[in-house]
Amino acid sequence: MFPAAFDYSAPATLDEALRLLHERGEDAKVLAGGQSLIPLLKLRFATPALVVDIGRIEGLDGIGRDDGTLHIRARTRHADVEKATELRGSLDVLLDAAPQISDPLIRNQGTVGGSLCHADPAGDWGAVMLALGAELEARTATASRRVPVTGLFDGPFATTLRPEELVTDVIIPMPTGLAGGTYLKLERKVGDFATVGVAVHVELSGDGRIGRAGIGLCAVGPTSLKATDAEKALVGQEPSDGIIAEAARLAAAHCQPVADQRGSVEYKRDVVRVFVQRGLHTAIDRARGGAA
Amino acid sequence: MNVNVTVNGARRSAEAEPRTLLVDFIRTTLGLTGTHIGCDTSSCGACTVLLDGRPVKSCTLLAAQADGRNLSTVEGLADGATLHPVQEAFHTEHGLQCGFCTPGMMMVAAALLEENPNPSEEEVRWAISGNICRCTGYMNIVKAIRRAAELGVEVHSEPVSAPAAGVA
Repeated sequence: MFPAAFDYSAPATLDEALRLLHERGEDAKVLAGGQSLIPLLKLRFATPALVVDIGRIEGLDGIGRDDGTLHIRARTRHADVEKATELRGSLDVLLDAAPQISDPLIRNQGTVGGSLCHADPAGDWGAVMLALGAELEARTATASRRVPVTGLFDGPFATTLRPEELVTDVIIPMPTGLAGGTYLKLERKVGDFATVGVAVHVELSGDGRIGRAGIGLCAVGPTSLKATDAEKALVGQEPSDGIIAEAARLAAAHCQPVADQRGSVEYKRDVVRVFVQRGLHTAIDRARGGAA
Repeated sequence: MNVNVTVNGARRSAEAEPRTLLVDFIRTTLGLTGTHIGCDTSSCGACTVLLDGRPVKSCTLLAAQADGRNLSTVEGLADGATLHPVQEAFHTEHGLQCGFCTPGMMMVAAALLEENPNPSEEEVRWAISGNICRCTGYMNIVKAIRRAAELGVEVHSEPVSAPAAGVA
């Protein structure tokens, strides 16, 4: 199995990559790690005239902090997020999600930015970034803009990014108070796509109430989903079994699963409910510094 | 296009179409057929090679992506007639049945032991979770990798460069 023929360019600089995307528009496809794009090329679901390999541009990978935000550069590998253990205690959901993505070999090559731009409705990072309120930095040859992940997904495998735009960074607000989170994924085996994925991130205010709640869902809708009703039900509340159960019920009502070989609609919806409930308990315990 | 790689310490250069997959480049162009094509859909890990020291699935990379970088394949494990500890241990622990997954399993094992010379059983199982053995011979594969850890892994190949070194 091999791809249809394409032209290939591996620019050494970001400017050169942006110029190529500007000139070639829809004819060009960006190759980061290739763990989603290459299978699509091999199946000939994608037949771009030009592949722009951004693998040789310096400075597009790594994780850094900057005035209240965490920057994950777009070409950072999943395996490198897995190793960023300094994020434990502030952004637990990143550390819990990374080792559950595909398998160790794919995580050595696949990238965070590439995965988000691929916009697979079952993509783990979509749910995580929705829970965290992340934004993407998207560059063109002449401009740059911030794209909130809430405004990124435009349907299965479709985004609101323009063909000439290249995502360079994923920007995540750092928690200001006590924070906890987790990622729960049901999969049939290692390397499978999620049957259900639930990302939870909670921040507590000084008085112990829930200051911020983020809940992202994947594999249960045409895109990754943000469970906004459930989030709203939690904010400002004293954490309790009752409010957690109510949020879980709202998240389950919000999702739009379809029946497939991984499970029925009812089953997936109930897994969302159970995972949101479990995830919120874990996140709140962690934020309080209790048992993880 | 011209693709230049260092394979098992030797510099190799060859023409390849941009769409050439790395596994085909290794097997057909470079003639190193120890790396296997299993599922061809990045599910099984039979095609695992080390790219700058990190195990990756060569059926899901373009040869072009490896240009200017270091590759290690199963042919590079042994030092002349001396088997690599991972090979020695797969032999003594019967870590293979049909042998099809073995090159990939051994490359993952070699990379794991470079990073973690004394892995627990759980760490071994986690490390090979992207590699499928169609004989389901995992018990002995895990035993072999732990045995290789006891034998101690020495670096036979060229020192691997930092993961970020992808600049031509």
